[in-house]
Amino acid sequence: MQLKQKLEILADAAKYDASCASSGTEQRNSRDGNGIGSTTGMGICHSYAPDGRCISLLKILLTNFCLYDCVYCVNRVTSNVPRARFSIDEVVELTLSFYRRNYIEGLFLSSGIIQSPDYTMEQVVEVARVLREEHDFRGYIHLKTIPDASPELLARAGRYADRLSINIELPTAASLSSLAPEKDGVAIRVSMGRLRERIDASKDKTHTGKRPPRFSPGGQSTQMIVGADATDDRTILNASADLYGQYRLRRVYYSAFSPIPDASPVLPLQSPPLVREHRLYQADWLMRFYGFESHEIITGEQGMLALDMDPKTAWALQNRAMFPVDINRAPKATLLRVPGLGVRNVQRILSARRVRAVRLDDLVRMRAPINRMLPFIQLPDHHPGATLDATSLPAQLKETPAMPQQLGLFL
Amino acid sequence: METVYLHHETDMDGWRDAARRLILAGVAPYDVHWCVRPTEESIAQGEIFAMPSAESVPDTQAPPAKDGQQLMVSKQFVELARMVILHCATDRFGLLYRVLWRCQRERGLMRLTGDADVARLHAMAKAVGRDKHKMKAFVRFRETVVEGRPRYLAWFEPEHHIMAAIAPFFIGRFISMDWTIMSPRIGMHWDGKALQFLPGGMPEALPEEDASEALWLSYYRHIFNPARLKLKAMQKEMPKKYWHNLPEAELIEELIAEAGARTQAMLERPPEAPRRKIVGYKRKPD
Ligand code: SF4
Repeated sequence: MQLKQKLEILADAAKYDASCASSGTEQRNSRDGNGIGSTTGMGICHSYAPDGRCISLLKILLTNFCLYDCVYCVNRVTSNVPRARFSIDEVVELTLSFYRRNYIEGLFLSSGIIQSPDYTMEQVVEVARVLREEHDFRGYIHLKTIPDASPELLARAGRYADRLSINIELPTAASLSSLAPEKDGVAIRVSMGRLRERIDASKDKTHTGKRPPRFSPGGQSTQMIVGADATDDRTILNASADLYGQYRLRRVYYSAFSPIPDASPVLPLQSPPLVREHRLYQADWLMRFYGFESHEIITGEQGMLALDMDPKTAWALQNRAMFPVDINRAPKATLLRVPGLGVRNVQRILSARRVRAVRLDDLVRMRAPINRMLPFIQLPDHHPGATLDATSLPAQLKETPAMPQQLGLFL
Repeated sequence: METVYLHHETDMDGWRDAARRLILAGVAPYDVHWCVRPTEESIAQGEIFAMPSAESVPDTQAPPAKDGQQLMVSKQFVELARMVILHCATDRFGLLYRVLWRCQRERGLMRLTGDADVARLHAMAKAVGRDKHKMKAFVRFRETVVEGRPRYLAWFEPEHHIMAAIAPFFIGRFISMDWTIMSPRIGMHWDGKALQFLPGGMPEALPEEDASEALWLSYYRHIFNPARLKLKAMQKEMPKKYWHNLPEAELIEELIAEAGARTQAMLERPPEAPRRKIVGYKRKPD
């Protein structure tokens, strides 16, 4: 099989993984070596596909042959998609030749499970080893780890990778056992726990004074599929909060289940609206950077996030007694709860108000989304008055639905 | 009216020296005219594109002037000035001087992000930062062979004067490669040891696409999921003005046009029984 054909099959097989991040790792460059590559703190997206996703890494599977039968997956053993397998050298060469042309930040490699979890993991780790040791490659490497692989292999993976991930796939044990029968929710969590221990240990240089071996400096992440079964947003967010808390994940990715070639008849035909995925990300940010608890964000009986407004606005509407917030007096934690006000602008307000009172014009020049904020804030030259309690407020704050772009737009 | 001649578009040293002298002499912003010497002359002098660095911006540690007066310069101003000087707006030198002038009189000015001048500095710094970031992302090299060694060539059109400021990034990443990045105003060439700036060029000098670029196009085509179109999200991060330098952009229209039919076909296709013989997988007993 030609390299081009393999690349097509194995990129097709990898595209349902939402993550393509090249961020969060240590900063490196090649100034002192004969190799190639560097990393930046924020990561770089080298391109974007029309699906709105960033292309930062060469995201491929080593092979899409797989022994498992995860119902939602395009590579499951019972699917009839074409199969291919890269050799280790092919992946290494492809990564380097893309990297030299500045197409990518590095490699995100995962694999279907062939022969055994250990055998598969060994192959994946070998690609990373060759890149690092034989080519002195200093770009980004993200390896998908297989939870059933041996702890020694996970340890080796962490030596070469900037980030490791294990997909939790589904938010509850029940959905996992019905949709991914060979996967073991307990084993996944045990592996995440092991990774966390090693990641923590690699940062802790105190007790002997010696620097511990490098281990996945960009931490670990995971992915959850949304909309493949009936799990509600509340359960999803609680699962995320638990993952962030217990395993200190850097990111939980949400991937709206989407139609795949040769789908299993068990799956729903209808995929969830993409905006649901977007709202979950917004809620996830509220938990990580805005001091919200998972249980505060969803209070409705259905356990779902509103689709027609962002979760912070929805929360504010349900807690109107807390508003208006005085921009010049409120503590930081309260400012962070004002709809439309981001972390950066909160910083700017805190800094500016030490010099003089912040006025409406100031917020306009900071390019804050004024219309969304006005009903909830108070300034020397603005008071929301009755608008805050008006029954028409929710309707006013609804986002006009974007064109349904997911399907059929160009039919 | 005083006229200050700067040596080139990003002449931080020249700006700093003049600004310090003018402030201490009490020359008001509307009495200063800032201009840059014509480019050819500067290239002839070989001094173009000195990198603005932290040291070349006035700071509070600078030795006091003869009469004992000291400049009031906050760290925020220094950081912003290093970015703003790379901006393409021709009034940037005057704007920076006006803010520096105001800083001598208005305490805490740099903290007022809502002040019109300060807000403009922030907006300009942000635009420069974005331009730099996009250049790191969207430069595309093509490979050619010169005197038996591979050389990587790219054409890129930055909006601001960021070429010199971006050089350390490309050197640190591609230190062992020979590469050249050209733009209409200026080019730069790295030969594995030293960086050299060149006069501006033409995109026609790029070599033809090679096999790796064809593979990259295949990758782009196949990593795209036709069942989700988010065109606004794509264009927000990869605006059309960059497309003509991105080889993969030529596929975008076609991918969008086919997406609906491809998705529909996936949905309508009746489920198929596996064509291979499936041996049930058994986990190893623990
Ligand atoms: S293990 Fe499951 S999710 Fe992973 S490739 Fe195989 S079938 Fe897909």
